[in-house]
Amino acid sequence: MLFGAASTGKRVFTTSSSPGISLMQEAISYMAGAQLPVVIVNIMRGGPGLGGILPAQSDYFQSTKGGGHGDYRLLVLAPSSIQEAVDLMMLSFHLADKYRNPVMMIGDGMIGQMMEPVEFPDKYEEPELPPKTWAATGAKGRPAHIIKSLFLDPIALDKNSWILHEKYERMKKEEIRFELYNHSPKNEIMLIAYGTMARICQTAIDALKQEGISIGLFRPITLFPFPEKQIYKEATKENIRELLVVEMSTAQMFEDVERAVYGKKKVNFFGRTGGIVPPPEEVMEHVKMLLNKKSKDKKKA
Amino acid sequence: MEQDTKTIFSRPEALRDTVTHYCPGCTHGITHRIVAEVLDSLGVREKTLGVAPVGCSVFIYNYIDTDFLEAPHGRAPALATGFKRLRPDMVVFTYQGDGDLASIGMAEIIHAANRGEKITVIFINNAIYGMTGGQMAPTTISGQVTTTCPFGRDIAQTGYPIRMVELLSALGTPMYLERVTVNSPQQIIKTKRAIKKAFQYQLEGRCFSLVEVLSTCPTNWGLIPLEATKWLEDNMIPNYPLGCFKTPDDAESNHGTV
Repeated sequence: MLFGAASTGKRVFTTSSSPGISLMQEAISYMAGAQLPVVIVNIMRGGPGLGGILPAQSDYFQSTKGGGHGDYRLLVLAPSSIQEAVDLMMLSFHLADKYRNPVMMIGDGMIGQMMEPVEFPDKYEEPELPPKTWAATGAKGRPAHIIKSLFLDPIALDKNSWILHEKYERMKKEEIRFELYNHSPKNEIMLIAYGTMARICQTAIDALKQEGISIGLFRPITLFPFPEKQIYKEATKENIRELLVVEMSTAQMFEDVERAVYGKKKVNFFGRTGGIVPPPEEVMEHVKMLLNKKSKDKKKA
Repeated sequence: MEQDTKTIFSRPEALRDTVTHYCPGCTHGITHRIVAEVLDSLGVREKTLGVAPVGCSVFIYNYIDTDFLEAPHGRAPALATGFKRLRPDMVVFTYQGDGDLASIGMAEIIHAANRGEKITVIFINNAIYGMTGGQMAPTTISGQVTTTCPFGRDIAQTGYPIRMVELLSALGTPMYLERVTVNSPQQIIKTKRAIKKAFQYQLEGRCFSLVEVLSTCPTNWGLIPLEATKWLEDNMIPNYPLGCFKTPDDAESNHGTV
């Protein structure tokens, strides 16, 4: 339905939660192939299979690495508050049109069901976009428009795939978004987390500060394009000894972080999944374990 | 002499001047032409959107000169729904084979029909998966030999062929359902009448409409075109009776009425 609706050239979106998003993967692949701008929101629950209905971040791979078949990417945004969800939602529609590509916003049951006061801007101004000359509006006074993803000729399909690839490369240049929290040259550990988990990490960081421990957080806002160069830059700073990726999954974004730091620093992981949202205390405990381990290492040295 | 020359038959405006990719004897060409003629006669070509299926007729957009979407397998009614709901002023039709509509697309067609989407479905039933090499479809008739039932379709193993218009006519929502065929000039005229009516119901915003066209697939039936037409008459028509099964006017004849 979204495919048909998007073909009119109007702004369209749909929402679901993990298993429903799995069912949509076919159409997502087709829409990416046919270069249709749509916004899809996935409020993730635990999986695989029917899994559970509580918050999780276990669709990271599905969102950022495909899910459907073929050479395509989604532009993936991950808000960590309701206000940010509001702000990114407006941006999502703009980015979908800018790149003629599906944009996925991923949250979890916390983001999906939480209530927070938000502010809507009085006026939303967005940069002008080219008119949607590709839309199906009836072949009146122009050749018919055919919105399709089939290219039986391998040369044509190769060409289409590289056109898509160019868009993804352009996203990497122009759309990377992230936030640094409590960054200081005193920090020895950098947390990396997104969405709800990043917010919990911020609480943990604030509490650790009270105990005289300073650590920072790198929070990717775009999961594709992934801020790998920016993570590399922060992670390879001399004061940073180790990284701790915290996710509500069994180490999915972790793999991208490992790839980003290229073995220059040790990347640790802490995560819970299946609907368990780790409280700040558990994050603090893991940070302390790392610090203790390091001070032991130091003594040995 | 010239002033006495009148054009009495030509290519419809909605049909492109091109070379067909369909096999000799395949009836897609006839049905494409009928759709094009109907779009012309209703004067709606410029405000029509077609939704192409998966199968041989995915390339319908190479023949019918309107805007087109290319649906994932079986999902054409869902795409048509999304489009029509945002552009109710446009004419939206899907063109789907039996492998597409009655198998993988069963959920989409039943729900689109039951929601009463104001779209027109041209349903090509040739009792087989044509493009992929002649496998058994839900519409394959009892005893029919295909590549995946080389000893003939065994109803004890695979059930009876699904009669789509009968199945849809059980729904309570008012709709137009007719089964036709294109094996003779007489039937072609009847088919054109039915397809025109289907589009008219849509233009009037009255109901969902579906016309099932019994068609041939000589290549995968393993028959020459004339034999294929005969086979259609001898085997398909008895299994799939022709006629109008439901119109929005005869709400009384509705099996599904509560």
